Amino acid sequence: MKDINRREFLKLSGVAAATTALASCGGSNNNLGDIDPMGHHDGPVPTGKMTYRKNPKNGDKVSILGYGWMRLPMLPVEQTGDEANPPQEEIDQEQCNKLAKYALDHGVNYFDTSPVYTQGKSEASLGIALKESGYNRSDYFIATKLSNFSPDQQTLEAGIEMFQNSLKNLQTDYIDYLLLHAIGGGGMDTFNARYINNGLLNYLMQQREKGVIRNLGFSYHGDMEFYDQILEQTNKFHWDFVQIQMNYVDWNHSDGKHLYEELAKRNIPAVIMEPLLGGRLAKVPDHVVAHLKQREPDNSVASWAFRYCGTKPNVMCVLSGMTYMEHLEDNIRTYAPLVPLSKEDEEWLEGDTATLIRSYPTIPCNDCKYCMPCPFGLDIPGIFVHYNKCVNKGNVPESQQAKNYYEARRAFLIGYDRSVPKLRQADHCISCGACKPQCPQRIDIPRELTRINDFVEKLKQGTL
Amino acid sequence: MCKNSEFFLMEQTFFISLHKIIRNSNEIMLRKIRLTLAVLFLLGISLLFLDFSGTVQPCLGWMAKLQFLPAVLSMHIVPNAIVLVLTLLIGRIYCSIICPLGVMQDFFAWIGKWKLFRIKKNSKNANKYSYSEPKTWLRLLVLVLFVAMLVSGFNAGAMMIAPYSAYGRIVASFIQPIYIGINNLLASWAEQNDSYMFYQVDVHNNPSVLFIVAGISALVLFVLAFMNGRTYCNTICPVGTVLGYVSKLSVFKMQADEDKCVKCGLCAKNCKASCIEVKKGSPLSIDYSRCVVCGDCQLACAKDALHLKPSFLGRKDDEVDDEEELTAESQSSATENSDSSISRRSFLSVMGLAAAATVSSKEGGDGGFEAIIDKKVPKRHTPLTPPGSLSARNLQQHCTACQLCIANCPNGVLRPDTSLEHLMQPVMEFEKGYCRPECTRCSSVCPTGAIRPITVEEKTAIQIGHAVVISKNCVPINDGISCGNCAKHCPTGAIMMVPVEKDKYKQNEQGWWTDKDGIPVRYEDILMRPTVNTEKCIGCGTCENLCPSRPYSAIYVEGHEVHRTI
Repeated sequence: MKDINRREFLKLSGVAAATTALASCGGSNNNLGDIDPMGHHDGPVPTGKMTYRKNPKNGDKVSILGYGWMRLPMLPVEQTGDEANPPQEEIDQEQCNKLAKYALDHGVNYFDTSPVYTQGKSEASLGIALKESGYNRSDYFIATKLSNFSPDQQTLEAGIEMFQNSLKNLQTDYIDYLLLHAIGGGGMDTFNARYINNGLLNYLMQQREKGVIRNLGFSYHGDMEFYDQILEQTNKFHWDFVQIQMNYVDWNHSDGKHLYEELAKRNIPAVIMEPLLGGRLAKVPDHVVAHLKQREPDNSVASWAFRYCGTKPNVMCVLSGMTYMEHLEDNIRTYAPLVPLSKEDEEWLEGDTATLIRSYPTIPCNDCKYCMPCPFGLDIPGIFVHYNKCVNKGNVPESQQAKNYYEARRAFLIGYDRSVPKLRQADHCISCGACKPQCPQRIDIPRELTRINDFVEKLKQGTL
Repeated sequence: MCKNSEFFLMEQTFFISLHKIIRNSNEIMLRKIRLTLAVLFLLGISLLFLDFSGTVQPCLGWMAKLQFLPAVLSMHIVPNAIVLVLTLLIGRIYCSIICPLGVMQDFFAWIGKWKLFRIKKNSKNANKYSYSEPKTWLRLLVLVLFVAMLVSGFNAGAMMIAPYSAYGRIVASFIQPIYIGINNLLASWAEQNDSYMFYQVDVHNNPSVLFIVAGISALVLFVLAFMNGRTYCNTICPVGTVLGYVSKLSVFKMQADEDKCVKCGLCAKNCKASCIEVKKGSPLSIDYSRCVVCGDCQLACAKDALHLKPSFLGRKDDEVDDEEELTAESQSSATENSDSSISRRSFLSVMGLAAAATVSSKEGGDGGFEAIIDKKVPKRHTPLTPPGSLSARNLQQHCTACQLCIANCPNGVLRPDTSLEHLMQPVMEFEKGYCRPECTRCSSVCPTGAIRPITVEEKTAIQIGHAVVISKNCVPINDGISCGNCAKHCPTGAIMMVPVEKDKYKQNEQGWWTDKDGIPVRYEDILMRPTVNTEKCIGCGTCENLCPSRPYSAIYVEGHEVHRTI
């Protein structure tokens, strides 16, 4: 066997050498500019090659990459050292404008925001960025939401005010895609309180008829029973699209498959949120990176997650909250054009890779900050992000016998104090549970915080 | 008798051979050794006060424990014996090497000798000192007062003049903030580089009384040492007085060889202890109660007349007989009258430097975070003293207020007391942190026996106080929100959660809660409030610190005058 392989190899390399020789002989005036010495992934970002999906209802040509206007670049904050009252962060609007323009230039035409994103400043920021881009209003689609979460916002008047504010902040007179924001949590009662009993949904449907809202849908975070119920009312509400969470980890292990297939069955286009599970599928443990890179050495880890979502035919748009230009470039490369995954690759991701990632004890927090502010001042996502970072870096030792125990302990504890001020750490959680219903990932936040704090105590006391 | 004289002979031969070693080694070499040791001690002790991470403590902790007053107060035999033997052997070498305040004064005196500060243009700035009469009455009076204050329990007064603790206060209040500041700079640099070598530490928020006291002592000592060398050590310092009288009995003494000495007075002009008297016609007289064996006179002597010699060898160096002629220079300097009979005592009025560190907290907060109100210190009937201190009285009697425990506390719990009775002695508060179960730092650094060494295991059973619930602040009682954070974190399980509503629920033998009719109720469904089982409580302050109620916690620790073991 070995011999044959060797011989084959020699034969192959011989052929290759011959070809190279031939090429160099005949191609003295060869245009070397065509060859990208860095491989396709770091070459120029393609323009005009974006893959688009058609909205079956009105023929909208929606770019498969949607810009989630949520994890925005922020200006650096001057550290005052005042842990109790940290200074307020400001959006880096200049960078936002640049990102939006770049996205539009490269074919992205779907922008998703909400009145509550980025402490309520996202819509206005997007409004400015789109105006500044110089593109016409008809060149792009705006998606925003009715985010009436707190009970005092759940009147018709407050709902209308929120919607009108969105129009004002976005500097437009119509919304292309309006979503009932994050329904499912709290079940039918909450849904009724937010949209039905106060007549808000009726109002929104009227607006749709008037053309102020071009498409009406909802984003879903909840159990499958209510999901089915709400979809069964499609005839009544005529959902034009639905935004769901989908990624290769959730497909088999959570409700991903059901969420998608119910929509596909009804021919309702799906907008995908959390394709990266809040970045967790971009920052995976080393051995998962190796596993993915082995398959496609030049593709980014994140690109697998995006291609996975794009491959599903009923997906209209995949949202990504891109804070940095590099994220935007990488995603444009992935989707301009989309190279669909083979059936085999798809199954490999849903199966082995998902299992591998799930076997890692990270907390499924994607730093959406819906749980914030915690009434007792905790930095919940900060704690989870630090914990996950340590899990991924191998800094969560199982016992003192672990090889890197002392380094890991130091990294965990010092990093903890760096990422989260002492006053906002997990030991201040009183398990009041205010955060629990807010979490779209349905994390049992108080329980996880208690668990992390127990771990911290064991590290500190040396009793692990 | 026979054995005794034999022993005496042996002893003598030992000292003579030791003397030969000293005799044969160069003065400059000896001085280098002394300086090196002095600097090592100074740095070591300073590091003990500066190092917040507790790394140097295990290897350098003995340096603090060798300090004379702490050693006396702790009544440990070994350090006391070492200091006494050392003094009986070579005099007050302790004051020149081991005492950080003494070495610090030598440093100030050295600055005072810089050309920059010379008094007369022509005068050699090296020859600035002069003999002064001993202030025996003052020294003894201060010593008697000092002891009286210690015995009567007025430690705060006594500790103002204690050398080691004065040094500790100076380092803790002026140098440690700088040290931590530099560390924090390095930490932010490390953070940028994703390194865990350094981490941020809070600067101790010391009360102004400490700054004032430390500032005054630093200023007074600087002026005294800058002008006249060891004035403080030979008039005020009670340790200097005690060791001074002990050193009169010492075996080795600095002695002048009458054959060589020309009474030029160079030695006296370089004696920072001002203890060498040069009189024409009579031999050089050195006041050994004031001599700190620094060897400066030896170096200054142009005739090689001064040497450390066993006192029984007398003033004549019979081993060396190489006679030297007087040089013109030393002759002329010999004729120079010791005109500088300046009065050594200068009274100083010192303005207090109040470095008031005010921490301002801004109102309002980031939309992403709930603002957190700073916790306030509750009024305790009995102040809390750290585990290992046995009782408030033991701490009060033994503590020299050196700040070593406070500078070392990694949890921000210990701070200097501001009451007159316990002035600058450690007291515990929990608004910044709590006494963590794995930490026994203060008990291991304390050199005086004010806080006795304890193990982590012992600490779990030492009751320094007990928690008290203040219902009017308690979250479940007032806001109806279930909490129990105090019970969750209590390391001894001393906090019992019971239903807020009395008589509505019962607990059965298995510990299950049921309603009146005996139907089990889920724990989560009952609003619980904390109660304290004072028998189990050790007073660590975890509950007080982690209580969500702000600015005053709904549970706080009341101190015990005498600690108990539970």
